[in-house]
Amino acid sequence: MYDTAKIMAGIIIFLSLITFPVWYNVVGGKAAYIPDLKIVTQEKQCVESTGYMRTNHMQLLNEWRNTVVREGNRVYVASNGKKYDMNLSRTCLKCHLNKADFCDKCHNYVEVTPTCFNCHVVPEERNS
Amino acid sequence: MKTDRRGFLKIGGIGILGFAARPLMDVLLKGDLVEASPEADALTGKRWAMAVNVNKCKEGCRDCIAACHSVHNVPDLGNPKDEVKWIWTEPYKKVFPEQEQEFSTRGNKPVVVLCNHCDNPPCVRVCPTKATFKRRDGIVMMDYHRCIGCRFCMAACPYGSRSLNWRDPRPFIKKINPDFPTRMRGVVEKCDFCGERIAKGLIPACVEACKEKALVFGNLKDSGAEVREVLRASHTIRRRPELGTGPQIYYLV
Repeated sequence: MYDTAKIMAGIIIFLSLITFPVWYNVVGGKAAYIPDLKIVTQEKQCVESTGYMRTNHMQLLNEWRNTVVREGNRVYVASNGKKYDMNLSRTCLKCHLNKADFCDKCHNYVEVTPTCFNCHVVPEERNS
Repeated sequence: MKTDRRGFLKIGGIGILGFAARPLMDVLLKGDLVEASPEADALTGKRWAMAVNVNKCKEGCRDCIAACHSVHNVPDLGNPKDEVKWIWTEPYKKVFPEQEQEFSTRGNKPVVVLCNHCDNPPCVRVCPTKATFKRRDGIVMMDYHRCIGCRFCMAACPYGSRSLNWRDPRPFIKKINPDFPTRMRGVVEKCDFCGERIAKGLIPACVEACKEKALVFGNLKDSGAEVREVLRASHTIRRRPELGTGPQIYYLV
């Protein structure tokens, strides 16, 4: 093989440049940052388990949306048998009434901009 | 150990298959966490329709319009070009162009009009995204999540029952009803026969608001329903039935 040293050096320089944002955040201590969510509700349990909601709330909401709008069915039976009204503004935001401190913090962190609240109304935010 | 090309490809292939295992397992072993049950008073076997008694309708009264537009967050843009309307009035001769009589005094009298929730809705046929669709109970519904604002439905609707949001409607809603979503710029909206109220066992807001009882709402499949009585008792006309759309708003004139 010819010019091994030059090629290896080139690869190392390339990799270090491309991973620079990662290193920069690790050194700056930003990598360990996770958003600090405020849960203001007294309720012990969401419609499903916390872990499920954390990873799958978007799929669940999508499912709710399709069931309500397209099938006209508004009752959600949770895995524990409890029934919920499939309603973003009423059911979800009843507990998570601090959208800015709950929804937005994570969404900003992972840079996703769901369009839910372009139409769905956030009841007046209350802080407690 | 010396790896030849064949060996390398074998290991690589098995490795790639390994990556596919996790998503495959997710698909095959997916739990039924999300499920829905029909409500006790599910709407199967129903056909919603409305009868409008034009003679009972008091001139100048806008109760039904006000009720509908406030419940559904319909914006008041104050400009007839941008206007968004779910239920509104139109002069008799425009509502029933084929029924105009030369010496009738009706010609310019306002008649309440709304989406006809047709049996054979042309808007549904032309919608490329299936954002507008007909429910089993006859309600022609809008799925605002899917609407791309192409306005094919507006072109197809012979009754002008659909409006496009040319502007963001939120600033133009006087008092927002948090129970109903507002719409956003670029989607078409229309009367949905108060699908969200029917689901709770309530009659449409316009019918409830009418003090003169000029609007009658009910299930056409139920022979004892008030709307069926109205249809039995008097002669009714529909808007442009010759088009074959099968409008389900019946007018007593």
